[in-house]
Amino acid sequence: MSSTMDSAADKRDQIQSRVASSLRRRHAKERRFRMFGLAAVMIGLAFVAVLFVSIFSRGLPAFWQSSMTLDVYFNPEILDVGPAPVRQQDESPRDFEQRQQSWRTRLTMANWNKVMQDALIAAKPELEEHRRSLRKLFTNGEKYRLRDMVAEDPSLIGQTHSVKLLADAEVDVWVRGNIDRSLPDSRLQLSPEVRRIADQLHDEGILKVAFSTVLFTNPDSRSSPASAGLAGAFMGSLFMMMVVICLAVPVGVASAIYLEEFAPQNKFVDLIEVNINNLAAVPSIVFGLLGASIFINYLRLPLSAPLVGGLVLSLMTLPTVIITTRSALKAVPPSIRQAALALGASRVQTVFQQVLPLAVPGILTGSIIGIAQALGETAPLLLIGMNAFVANIPATPFEQSTALPVQIYLWQGNEMRNFFEARTSAAIIVLVLLMITLNALAIWLRKKFETRW
Amino acid sequence: MKMVDPDVMVRRDDDRQSQRAASQGVKMSARDVKVFYGDNEAIKGIDLDIMENEVIAFIGPSGCGKSTFLRTLNRMNDTIENCRIEGKVTLDGEDIYDPSLDVVLLRAKVGMVFQKPNPFPKSIYDNIAYGPRLHGLAKRKYDLDEIVESSLRKAGLWEEVKDRLDRPGTGLSGGQQQRLCIARAIAVSPEVILMDEPCSALDPIATAKIEELIDELTESYTIAIVTHSMQQAARVSHRTAYFHLGELVEVNDTETVFTNPEHELTEAYITGRFG
Repeated sequence: MSSTMDSAADKRDQIQSRVASSLRRRHAKERRFRMFGLAAVMIGLAFVAVLFVSIFSRGLPAFWQSSMTLDVYFNPEILDVGPAPVRQQDESPRDFEQRQQSWRTRLTMANWNKVMQDALIAAKPELEEHRRSLRKLFTNGEKYRLRDMVAEDPSLIGQTHSVKLLADAEVDVWVRGNIDRSLPDSRLQLSPEVRRIADQLHDEGILKVAFSTVLFTNPDSRSSPASAGLAGAFMGSLFMMMVVICLAVPVGVASAIYLEEFAPQNKFVDLIEVNINNLAAVPSIVFGLLGASIFINYLRLPLSAPLVGGLVLSLMTLPTVIITTRSALKAVPPSIRQAALALGASRVQTVFQQVLPLAVPGILTGSIIGIAQALGETAPLLLIGMNAFVANIPATPFEQSTALPVQIYLWQGNEMRNFFEARTSAAIIVLVLLMITLNALAIWLRKKFETRW
Repeated sequence: MKMVDPDVMVRRDDDRQSQRAASQGVKMSARDVKVFYGDNEAIKGIDLDIMENEVIAFIGPSGCGKSTFLRTLNRMNDTIENCRIEGKVTLDGEDIYDPSLDVVLLRAKVGMVFQKPNPFPKSIYDNIAYGPRLHGLAKRKYDLDEIVESSLRKAGLWEEVKDRLDRPGTGLSGGQQQRLCIARAIAVSPEVILMDEPCSALDPIATAKIEELIDELTESYTIAIVTHSMQQAARVSHRTAYFHLGELVEVNDTETVFTNPEHELTEAYITGRFG
């Protein structure tokens, strides 16, 4: 009897020691796994940090630009274009337009370079002898800006106004040291004289690096890189976003509600479901091809228009919206549906009065993430001509335009690397901030609707 | 208005049921009801009458079809995909599976309380008011207030929640939530209330309150209750029906069922030999 008890006690000891040793192993395993997880998170965060630091350190300087604030005298001798035409009583609208046109042409043909040169010489008279080199200091777009000022207000002729004139991109690069100053003349764009004058003006504080809103207010420009901005691309993206919101969200939510709440369960609906999931995995460039062939070749919609871009992105976003909406609807407990049905609510009433309000936070989150995805998409837009160079800001979704990510793509391929590298990063900053805003909005909306109860 | 074929009633009904039917009036009746989930026959031909103002308890081991049968009485099975029902169920002699009958109307007459309290994530007031609003029972705000108050009073919840009608119904305790669900069912003035294990998620005190409530409700409503607790069936019901593997084995006065069951399966179940 006692021997069997002894052996039982032995056996218990044995088991306990075995458990103890295995426990050590298990704990070690757990620690290891936690370490792996933590390391993975750390690596991820490190990459994000590197990305942000590199983009911001490169992009932020682009918001500051070299410029000269000069007193510009709109010299009537140079701008000898006569008074702006006024409509005569017996004049046909066509004639008047023609006269106006020719006045504008004369205004454009005027020697604006001389106006700017004079302004600079007025500020620093000893530059008179280098007159020819001075025009290199201003970016090309500034003469059109002065012209537009006069076209808008012809009474400016004969007056002096203080105008902030942007320096040429090459001058900006030189002055801010974004180029190796020891390079031989043959490899520098600016002549030694212009470089010397630029340095001189910079030292004297006439040429200043100041905060500039050009990036936000101007469309893209090639002839005048210094005045290239994001406004056109931003508007294009905004219009596309609106098209996506107006199209993909309602259509996606409606089809998700139908599939989840009303569709009968049969082979056909299963097939649709599988294909929606497949659609979500289709590479975006395929949607671009589809859009090019349907919207542009068949429906003859305008090339490069945000409308077409929005349509293509809607197609691309649709599966995402449907899938997230369905999962939001699925997450509503069936007991809520039963409660409403048992009270005598119809299917439609149950869905719209009880189920949908509970699914709204999920639907909103899904939709906003879908929109954000569409906003960052580039590939399909290239195929419908949205990578075209567009030098004006679109006023409607039917006008030619480009989009923010496409603008990044275009700028990063620009041959003026020294100047456009910062511009590219600045565009990335704008896009990333837009994305962060959208995601924050999604989180805020979710929290707002969730904390209601 | 379709009347039940009197022949069918006479032929299928057993003596005791027809006696009660004569004395009390049949509220609902099921004739040869079969329910299929796909090819699986969950209920294999049940004949049962539910009398006016009685509490009838459905008991039986898990999977015996008692909940399924309960749900045929207000056509909640319709919401389940590939569920098929055969036979005839009538409410006040009217076939509830008649295609011309509006299921919304039926569910307004036959309310239901579920196993797990399922208040809407809305205020207590809106929970009660949802049904009356659906059916347009109140023309003015004042009428609606009155319906809400009287429903909550009948459910014995008024005193506990009258100061916080605008608070979420989901913030109440489990027992209060279940009484809220009962009040919500009462608010549309149903004739029959179906209860599917209404106390299985509640503690004994909350259970006792619900049972008390059922006792009071029987004055104005007909109640069918599915329960796993035989004590509960014994305490609250007038009659008890014992289900086994999709068949109705026995239905009798509760006292008879628990003291002197006719069928050996019933006896085995209530004495705890299986279940």
